[in-house]
Amino acid sequence: MKDLLKTVGLAALAVGLMSAAQAETIKIGVVLPYSGVNADLGNQIDKAFDLYVKLHAKDIAPHTVQIIKRDEGPPSGAQAKTVTTELITNDKVNVLAGYVFSPSAIASAPVVTQAKIPMAIANAGTAWITNLSPYIVRFSFSMWHTGYPMGTYAATKLGCKTAAMGYTDFPPGKDSTEAFKTAFEKAGGKVSEAIPMGNPAQVPDFTPFFQRIKDAKPDCMYIFIPSGAHATGVMKSYGEIGMRAAGVKLIGPMDLVPDNKLQDMGDAAIGTLIMTHYAVDFDTPENKAFVKAWQDAYGANSYPDFMSAQGWDTMSAIFDTIKKLDGKVDGEKFVETLKNWKGTGPRGVVSIDPATRDIVQDEHAATVYRKPDGKLGIKSVDVMKGVKDECKTLKIGRCGS
Amino acid sequence: MPQYANIAVSILFDGLAYAMFLFIVSVGLSVTMGLMGFVNLAHGAFAMAGGYFVVSLTTQLGVPFVPALLISSVMIALISVVFERLLYTRLYKAGELDQVLLTIGLAFMAIATFTYFYGPIPKSVPLPSWLEGQVNLGFRAFPTYRAFLIGVGVFLIAVLWYTFERTNIGAKIRAAVDNRRMAQSVGINVDLLFTATFAVGSGLAALGGGLAIQLFGLNPSFAVVYLVLFLIVVAVGGLGSMKGTLVAALVLGVFDTAGKYLLPDAGGFFIYAITLLILLVKPAGLYGREQ
Repeated sequence: MKDLLKTVGLAALAVGLMSAAQAETIKIGVVLPYSGVNADLGNQIDKAFDLYVKLHAKDIAPHTVQIIKRDEGPPSGAQAKTVTTELITNDKVNVLAGYVFSPSAIASAPVVTQAKIPMAIANAGTAWITNLSPYIVRFSFSMWHTGYPMGTYAATKLGCKTAAMGYTDFPPGKDSTEAFKTAFEKAGGKVSEAIPMGNPAQVPDFTPFFQRIKDAKPDCMYIFIPSGAHATGVMKSYGEIGMRAAGVKLIGPMDLVPDNKLQDMGDAAIGTLIMTHYAVDFDTPENKAFVKAWQDAYGANSYPDFMSAQGWDTMSAIFDTIKKLDGKVDGEKFVETLKNWKGTGPRGVVSIDPATRDIVQDEHAATVYRKPDGKLGIKSVDVMKGVKDECKTLKIGRCGS
Repeated sequence: MPQYANIAVSILFDGLAYAMFLFIVSVGLSVTMGLMGFVNLAHGAFAMAGGYFVVSLTTQLGVPFVPALLISSVMIALISVVFERLLYTRLYKAGELDQVLLTIGLAFMAIATFTYFYGPIPKSVPLPSWLEGQVNLGFRAFPTYRAFLIGVGVFLIAVLWYTFERTNIGAKIRAAVDNRRMAQSVGINVDLLFTATFAVGSGLAALGGGLAIQLFGLNPSFAVVYLVLFLIVVAVGGLGSMKGTLVAALVLGVFDTAGKYLLPDAGGFFIYAITLLILLVKPAGLYGREQ
């Protein structure tokens, strides 16, 4: 009887070892907004994920990935937490990727900590999110990556003495404006006011807010909105009430002029100055290959944007990790490898700072102009190399905890 | 122009443009609710559908913006009659809960249907060049599109006022709103009247939906996201009163804009505070009949 048990045990062990050496299927849970006014943000990352998986599936052979997609829902975070829990408990995913909205990542952080499942963030930018769980690694940006350099740049290079700020009223909006204000006032500028402009779930009519700013006549107007449909709305109001002619410069993070919305924005967008880590027009071999692959897959009139670039790098890091671990993915090892990742993608060379699990990347001051072929383009006018999240460096507020 | 006058003009202008949008969409809802006591939560869906027809007509068929607005309104008016005859008539005598369930169900089905065909991504519409940029009225410049919106609103108010107050049909509608049984007993065909006003109301909603694309963008959730606003206008104005709808739209539009401009920190809350205040003083709305 004892011998029989031993034999069965050995057989089980042998089978276990054999299967470990064989091909593994790694389940990736994707959490992105697929519905509502912000669905096109999810769409931009979803397409990048799919494209990467399609083109690089063979890189991880003999292992394969299974992508399980769930709707992040409205930007309140409640639905994101529910689907994150479901992905972990029902679908048994090995890693989570996506998360466009900060509240989604914030609400889901305790879940991934408890389950010890890594969360690879492809957008959500509130600075202190990475402090919420040791299983969070961010491949996108912190609001301070763009807001902080923009504050310095506006005061020193653009010659703005006064600035008004407008933001969508949820965590990254407050974070982005605080980043800008900290740097802008450090460089001698003065912020006249900070105006909350509605919630991210619906696009407000920006005109009353902008009219107020226009009448106050600051040199610069720093606007944070969560890209997508909000960006189109901002540019419409900015153009309609003639703010550029009135001498109020529009500046902000790259969310103001996402590449996939740019061509519809018209003349109003020309001269907008953004701080960004990506634009379709950036002239590097990696980016050219990325845009070509994108347009081969999705058509010549489809453009990737900064979120797509972030999505691409996120999936690239997950694939690199699977390869490195040879498919043996447990949460601890996975996150350990992810946070030491470094790669070259559409954005150029990007890496993760293992101490903060946040991205290190180049930031460009870039401006919108009309290209000779009549289309709108974005060109880099200045570049800051290897920018880290300044909020965690300076230990401001919740970034210090 | 002194600063405060400039601010006042800004607020009045933007508030007026916003009020016109609210009025155009809500007036049909108010009249049909007053006439039949029918709670139509699918009204926003008709506005959304109108917007999408304008998008299709302009971007796919190359119809200019203004004719597209008119064609879309007429189409929605006709389609709404089909819905009214097939579905709504069955519930005129039913309780309010049944009506709410039917119409909110229709609204959700409309959202799903339009998401299927148009996708969830917000759509915009190409404007003719004469509606872009700014128009200078001598003392200051105004956004052309908003000026156009105000113009359309004023024109519609004039037409509706005339129809309501000076024509036979208008008299019949007012009679039916005041006392439906009496109106029926003197030979007014209230059912037919209702179908007609329902169609006109839905057509106007579609027009409002088309006009709103430039202000808010258009995506399938339009059907329910702005419904709250339309219901607020109807409730504040009083059921079945065109004048009430107009005054409510003006008050809410201008105060909402003023709130956002003067007190941006509390801006989003302003419209609800005003609503609460008015309904506390006048529970049946500004021009509603007390029960």
